[in-house]
Amino acid sequence: MAQDAPRFHVPAPHARPGDTPDFSHIEIQPAGEAKRPDVDVPGMETRDLALGLIGVLDHNHQAVGEWDPKLDAEVLREGLKHMMLTRAYDDRMLKLQRQGKMSFYMKSTGEEAIAVAGAMALDKGDMVFPSYRQQGMLFARGRDIVDMMCHCISNSRDNLKGRQLPVHYTWAEGNFFSISGNLATQFPQAVGYAMACRYRGEDQIAASWIGEGSTAEGDFHGALVLASTYKAPVLLNVVNNQWAISTFQGIAAGDAPTFAAKGLGYGLASLRIDGNDFLAVYAATQWAAERARKGHGATVIESFTYRADAHSTSDDPSGYRPKGEGEAWPLGDPIARLKNHLIGLGEWDEERHVALEKELNELVIKSYKEAESHGTLHDGPLSPVESIFEDVYAEQDWRLRRQRQDLGV
Amino acid sequence: MAKMNMIQSLNSALDVMMERDPDVVSFGEDAGYFGGVFRVTANLQKKYGLDRSFDAPINEAAIVAMAIGMAAKGLKPVAEIQFADYIFPGLDQIVSELSRIRYRTAGQFTVPAVIRTPCGGGIRGGQTHSMSPEAFFTHIPGVQVVMPSNPYDAKGLLIAAIESPDPVIFFEPKRLYNGPFEGHSGGALASWGNHPKGEVPEGHYSLPIGKAEVVREGKDVTIVAYGTLVLVAQAAAERAGIDAEVIDLKTLAPYDIETIARSVKKTGRCIVSQEAPRTSGFAAELAAQIQEECFYALEAPIQRVTGWDTPYPHAHEWSYFPGPERFINAMNAVLEA
Repeated sequence: MAQDAPRFHVPAPHARPGDTPDFSHIEIQPAGEAKRPDVDVPGMETRDLALGLIGVLDHNHQAVGEWDPKLDAEVLREGLKHMMLTRAYDDRMLKLQRQGKMSFYMKSTGEEAIAVAGAMALDKGDMVFPSYRQQGMLFARGRDIVDMMCHCISNSRDNLKGRQLPVHYTWAEGNFFSISGNLATQFPQAVGYAMACRYRGEDQIAASWIGEGSTAEGDFHGALVLASTYKAPVLLNVVNNQWAISTFQGIAAGDAPTFAAKGLGYGLASLRIDGNDFLAVYAATQWAAERARKGHGATVIESFTYRADAHSTSDDPSGYRPKGEGEAWPLGDPIARLKNHLIGLGEWDEERHVALEKELNELVIKSYKEAESHGTLHDGPLSPVESIFEDVYAEQDWRLRRQRQDLGV
Repeated sequence: MAKMNMIQSLNSALDVMMERDPDVVSFGEDAGYFGGVFRVTANLQKKYGLDRSFDAPINEAAIVAMAIGMAAKGLKPVAEIQFADYIFPGLDQIVSELSRIRYRTAGQFTVPAVIRTPCGGGIRGGQTHSMSPEAFFTHIPGVQVVMPSNPYDAKGLLIAAIESPDPVIFFEPKRLYNGPFEGHSGGALASWGNHPKGEVPEGHYSLPIGKAEVVREGKDVTIVAYGTLVLVAQAAAERAGIDAEVIDLKTLAPYDIETIARSVKKTGRCIVSQEAPRTSGFAAELAAQIQEECFYALEAPIQRVTGWDTPYPHAHEWSYFPGPERFINAMNAVLEA
């Protein structure tokens, strides 16, 4: 029996399937308006930045305001290319999953700037503790695409020996920590890692990413307590893409005005940024990295964005959010915005864009052919069966040796 | 050699390792300035500095996660969880993370942290300061589980745990911290000073993880025990005048099946024991494995001596605790069978 009115408050999104997408309630601070404080600012003095929205690219695709990182066109084109490659890769992998080539896939469509600009603004030596939607970092750090695909199809060249679900990458060489399927666990780990960097007297810092839904986990609180207490050189990123599978952001936010505002309670520098603005992500990451490296402690960064596609290949968003919501998102698409910015600068044009798109699509298709030559999940070859008993411990004890014999390998 | 109780020998292990290896750091709730509620980390902050022995916020998940992050960077963190009863907020970090980083990264990252925690009853701790939750952890592939029963072993095993390439959950039976305990409540506290295992070298030594020890030789029945019950089982055998062989397991994961099987094949009778509740406890694993290895040598069904399937009671602590009488009853039962 449905109640006329719920007996306690349960937040609900502004629009559900069948409704017209509506983001009119979202207040957007105009790009260029936010002040950029010195990196040694006390955390509590970032209140306006935690409640506002740092943006650099305005409606005319011009870079404006104090947060403009003033990047060379070459760097912008590189960022554009990594974002376009991420999208081409995601689109192709989705199709391949639909053809039964892999068990599962997760796209990052609409969120490419957060991963790519984030990775580009950090040093390549900084350790990243991502969640499952920052594959763009791997492209920005130069990981081989064939290797990424070999992981996703769990074949004989999968660097994780077929042990992880697709997209749960690890790449030690690229300082990319293991992705967990259990949410937010990497957040306090990144703080511990950052403390160890400081302990060793190294310049290296750490950065982690979780979704806005995962901020409800205790590990979010734990990470912020540790980061604040030990002034750890770490960036704690909250990717607010509005949706945690089918759960809208309000279920994790409650009455908090923003997710960045939660950082203020711990005395941490806290920024809320336009996550679809490559330059804003770059500038905020650069600011927080400098703050961390100089010993002024951690920063919480909420990247305000929109999950333009399904949560995963096991999800169908038409069951919980209106069609066309992505197109209605007021902060646009990160690739289109950086492209238009470059065109406005006279550093890019449609023709080159189309040509690059084609080149990247071909690269992805060619790479997949090569990946498949090392085997597929269904037809093999996979990593040797006996490898399931390896790496549980440094050495196999009698239990694993016997169980391996029981399996007959 | 010096006379040490278990608190002193554990402190000595940390001291020796922090002296030898600048990557060893120690932290936990009250474990810094104050040196821990049981004083195991006493004086370490004074000797090694604030950043090597420090207080942690009351968040066991964050404490374990901090250890994971530090270990991933190459440090050797030794985290203290104040009571084993408090470890559960950190369980996800242990089950899903600490234990699996080597496996899920195919060896690209390893996190050889040590999680120390006092366990067990007999100190009037009530249900939240008396648990023996070791079985939860022996069920996790990727961690080693250790529980010493005396000062000498405690130091050697803690050093081995810190030097191990894999994570270790290190249980310290707190009833044994200050003296040996034979299962009789009341009376004067015994002293490790008169006990051979209270003789502890001051320098570095280690004992192998995964090796059990026959601490009392006998030919009629094998008693497998670990932690506090090692001493209780020996005392029970003495009191009953039964020629029991007592094995101190020391490591639960991986446990030393060879030593157990050799003994059971000799005696033909076996008792497995734990202070924890009976159902799905570690003794059940031992019983299953022993019957697989030794079925045709067994003259009687394997007996379990355990706590009851109840929370650890406060007022009736000694009716819960598996003391010497229960060992004697079990020995009589297997010998009569």
